[in-house]
Amino acid sequence: MIKPAKTAPGLTADEQALLDAACSTGHGRPGTGTTQGVRSRDLSNPFAIKVAGVDMVFNMANEQLNSLKEYFIKVVRRELFFKEFCALQGISLEVRHGDVFGIVGTNGSGKSTLLKIIAGVLEPTRGSCVINGSIAPLIELGAGFDHELSARENIYLNGSLLGYSKSFLREHFDAIVEFAELRDFLDLPLKNYSSGMVARIAFSIATVIVPDILIVDETLSVGDMFFQEKCENRINELISDHGTTVLFVSHDITQVERICKKALWVDKGKCRMIGTAKQVCEAYSHHQERDG
Amino acid sequence: MRQLFATAQKDFFILSSLVTKDFKLKYRRSILGVLWSVLNPLLMMLVLTAVFNFMFKWNVPHYSLYLILGTILFNYVAASTTSGMTSIIDAAPLIKKIRVNKTLFPLEKVVFELLNFSISLVAVVIVVAVTVLDPESTLEITAKVAFLPLLLFYVMLFSAGLSLLLSALAVFFRDVIHLWGVFTLAWTYATPLFYPFDMLDSWMQSAMRFNPMYHYVCYFRNIVLYGYTPDLTLNLQCLAMALVSFALGLFVFSRLQKKFILYV
Repeated sequence: MIKPAKTAPGLTADEQALLDAACSTGHGRPGTGTTQGVRSRDLSNPFAIKVAGVDMVFNMANEQLNSLKEYFIKVVRRELFFKEFCALQGISLEVRHGDVFGIVGTNGSGKSTLLKIIAGVLEPTRGSCVINGSIAPLIELGAGFDHELSARENIYLNGSLLGYSKSFLREHFDAIVEFAELRDFLDLPLKNYSSGMVARIAFSIATVIVPDILIVDETLSVGDMFFQEKCENRINELISDHGTTVLFVSHDITQVERICKKALWVDKGKCRMIGTAKQVCEAYSHHQERDG
Repeated sequence: MRQLFATAQKDFFILSSLVTKDFKLKYRRSILGVLWSVLNPLLMMLVLTAVFNFMFKWNVPHYSLYLILGTILFNYVAASTTSGMTSIIDAAPLIKKIRVNKTLFPLEKVVFELLNFSISLVAVVIVVAVTVLDPESTLEITAKVAFLPLLLFYVMLFSAGLSLLLSALAVFFRDVIHLWGVFTLAWTYATPLFYPFDMLDSWMQSAMRFNPMYHYVCYFRNIVLYGYTPDLTLNLQCLAMALVSFALGLFVFSRLQKKFILYV
């Protein structure tokens, strides 16, 4: 899905700019949706995330086709490529380095789809998405966990999937365990853990690294109050000490207002409003009150 | 270049973590653990030897060894393609959330099954030892066994190609999973694993040229049982079939992988 990262260390800024230009040439033309991941951060480029005119179209008729028989019936009846659903329409978004960007919207408005495109797991139907820097997705915590394995084994497994090296994990193993506060249960299979405990481990694995870009999707709603606070502190620490760019999605509008500086309001797949967190959150909650 | 190396290193770490996971999960909480991978082919061989030796009076020298060599190699391909086939569907929660090299999932199954295959080679050693100890036997193990890694390389490449192909197709059509079960069964009987090659009709003998498993099994028997040096033709045939399978699998997989997330 993602072409090999188009940055080579040791390139001059000019060469990098050329590469970047080459990366985004597909932009705008139908059917040429691209997501470009650039692993090492290019300092000359002020944008951490640049989403330009992204459309995401799902073929609904295709969704339930799981057998050859159904497929051939549909082909014969010419029903194969009918119903289309536009999850995102013409979304453009520019996030500068160090920005803390909130995304608000009701359920099914396309927030998660947008995050998946930015995280590079989903390729947009049209438009382009250029990422400049390393990215740590907290889209759903503990996606790679195996519940039969112990926490210790899962830390290595999940870490490898997130792209950490073995030596890095060995070095930071204690820090991960310390943050999760689960030292006593390290060798217990994960299936015996409560969901809050699993979330703790997942959060501490994902944030042990200092990423250029952190994507947070509803993750802070798990765990108890103390751990939620700890997570929020860790995110704030990444923002203030390391200049991490954060994309933050939450239904808790006060939390968005508290953490973020800017925000985007997505409504039915379209960009409804973009501006400072305060303005957007006010408009959004006002709208919610009127409708509800 | 350095970037490429770093990516390869990360992919290798993911691969080894996944193999470790599968290995632990397979052998955890069974008393005989790893030993089962040795016992299983041995017991299977005993049953099959008993059945076929008494029912049909084939004149195959060292029948037990003839049988176990064929079956464990075939089982390796069958097991790695079967588990590789569902690997993408099983990794759905990951693929939906993390950007990861998707070819790793089917490839990991092929590597993991190779590990199991290597363990079951102990069973072959036991059968060889028992046969050699028999004073009437004429079996001689020669240095030709050193060709084994080359054979494993071919077979691994071949299985990897099939796994990539099947795992990609299975995402779109779940029927593939059921069809493959039937297909492997038919393939088992279409390959001379239990019966001697000469037993086949002449047209079937010539059709056997197109069966990759026939060539791999021949190769295996040549180096262990008969002490022949696999000639260049056989090597080229085995390599060509492996390369075709791998290229096809990789091609189909990379064409389809963008759409996986919409279907898993």
